[in-house]
Amino acid sequence: MTILSLNPLVSPDPGLFIWSAVSFAILFIVLRAFAWKPIVAALSEREQSIEDALQKAAAAKEEMARLTGENEELLKQARAERDLILREAKKMKDQIVGEAKETAQREGARMIEKARIEIDNQTAIAMAGVKEQVATLSLEIAEKILRKQFEDQKKQEELVEDLLKKVKLN
Amino acid sequence: MNNKRPFIEKFFTPIVLFTLFLMFAAGNIQAQDTVKAVKDVTADSLKTETKAEKDEDISAVILHHIADSHEWHFWGEGKDKVAIPLPVILYTKSGFVTFLSSKHEEDEKGAEIFTEKGESLVNYEGKYYYPAAAKYENGTYVKVDENQVPVNEKPLDLSITKNVLALFISVALLMIIFLGIARSYKKNVGKAPKGMQSALEPFILFVRDDIAIPQLGHKYAKFMPYLLTVFFFIWINNLLGLVPIFPGGANLTGNIALTAMLALTTFIITTVNGNKSYWGHIFNTPGVPWWLKFPVPLMPVVEFIGIFTKPIALMIRLFANITAGHILVLSLIALIVILKSVYASAFAIPFALFISAIELLVGFLQAFIFTILSALFIGMAIEEHHADEHH
Repeated sequence: MTILSLNPLVSPDPGLFIWSAVSFAILFIVLRAFAWKPIVAALSEREQSIEDALQKAAAAKEEMARLTGENEELLKQARAERDLILREAKKMKDQIVGEAKETAQREGARMIEKARIEIDNQTAIAMAGVKEQVATLSLEIAEKILRKQFEDQKKQEELVEDLLKKVKLN
Repeated sequence: MNNKRPFIEKFFTPIVLFTLFLMFAAGNIQAQDTVKAVKDVTADSLKTETKAEKDEDISAVILHHIADSHEWHFWGEGKDKVAIPLPVILYTKSGFVTFLSSKHEEDEKGAEIFTEKGESLVNYEGKYYYPAAAKYENGTYVKVDENQVPVNEKPLDLSITKNVLALFISVALLMIIFLGIARSYKKNVGKAPKGMQSALEPFILFVRDDIAIPQLGHKYAKFMPYLLTVFFFIWINNLLGLVPIFPGGANLTGNIALTAMLALTTFIITTVNGNKSYWGHIFNTPGVPWWLKFPVPLMPVVEFIGIFTKPIALMIRLFANITAGHILVLSLIALIVILKSVYASAFAIPFALFISAIELLVGFLQAFIFTILSALFIGMAIEEHHADEHH
């Protein structure tokens, strides 16, 4: 009586042993090639990618904070620059307006002066014409008077004598 | 952390319901089956035989239920029997002999010789033997020793028995499940796992992070396929063993031939991968006084025996745990018949349900223990020891 013959439960059945060894070997080979390798690879790949993603997210967060700081700095600079530009523009405007005013005033004065001179010239020309006219008219009047006076001979002689007397006095 | 909680919440209720269903079904159907079988056995024996003999019959019934068989029995006896006959493949002295188990099942007492392909055989309690030259006094061609074990020569039985068929079914199931999952891993690259993939991924990670990496260190990847295969193979067979109806119900992981095969595989992997320091530890254990090694090599002998006791412990642990669970459930159900009172079911059924529920846990636990101990033994064989280290 051996230990194995005590109970059929503890005596291994060679048929089942062989079948299970063959089946388990096939199962192991098939699953190793077509299941475990891709699954384990996919799992570690996914874990790697998750870790990478987390690291990237942390880096991105840091970068974001940095960029935000930079942006604020830039914004401040831009604002200062804008203010400066505006101030300069205002100054320039004032200057341009002032210059324009000055020029306009000068030009106006010049034109007024020119107009006055022209007016003076025109007045002078007009006065000369008037004088000439007056002279002509005077001469004509004198002529007419003289002609009237010299119509009678006696008067002419009287005049000549009168004139001659005056000359002798001289 | 956080992303695992919804999975548990989502599947908690279905898992609990399924467990309850399994408990109910296991208790119920095993109860029907056993009650009927035990009744048949006891009905005719009650009148003439003593109580001790009746108890013997019940333990025979229980042992019959957890043993391998050439047919897949559902219910009924004699003419009312419903069972799937399975092919018998015998390697006899004159070569392979095959027939369906239903062909020669009338006589199971070894009383009638049948001939297949010129080979004379007898059926004795569901097993096939070469007949003796002449009938013995008890009317059979089979001689038994004092333990009722036949001493006749028998051909090598390579039949597709109930356990072998259950083995094929579990292997097919594992292939379908895991090749499918592998496909979804290829399809869902960079996406969250779905369905079966997300249901089993925690267990794959469990094997990797809680079994392989702690025991094997950075060299774990090489042994992952074996550990995963052995873990899921044992677990699915433990679970199928608890399902009382076809295709479950075979006591495969409670069969010592199967656990012997698994333990032998772990033994071979351990031995093949053993490095110099592993063998050094066995034959010249460091840190041990010299007089334990010379002139009587006490430590080397102990260590050398240890190489074999470790896988043998693996083999017996799995076999005994699963078989014990099945025997417990069947014994509790058999109480109803032993006490000859239907009221016994008031405590027998709840206890059987309780044990069945425990068995669900044990089924997982034993798969885990077998796998982690295999990993531990392999880890011991491949561990790199430093010169100043002592054990």
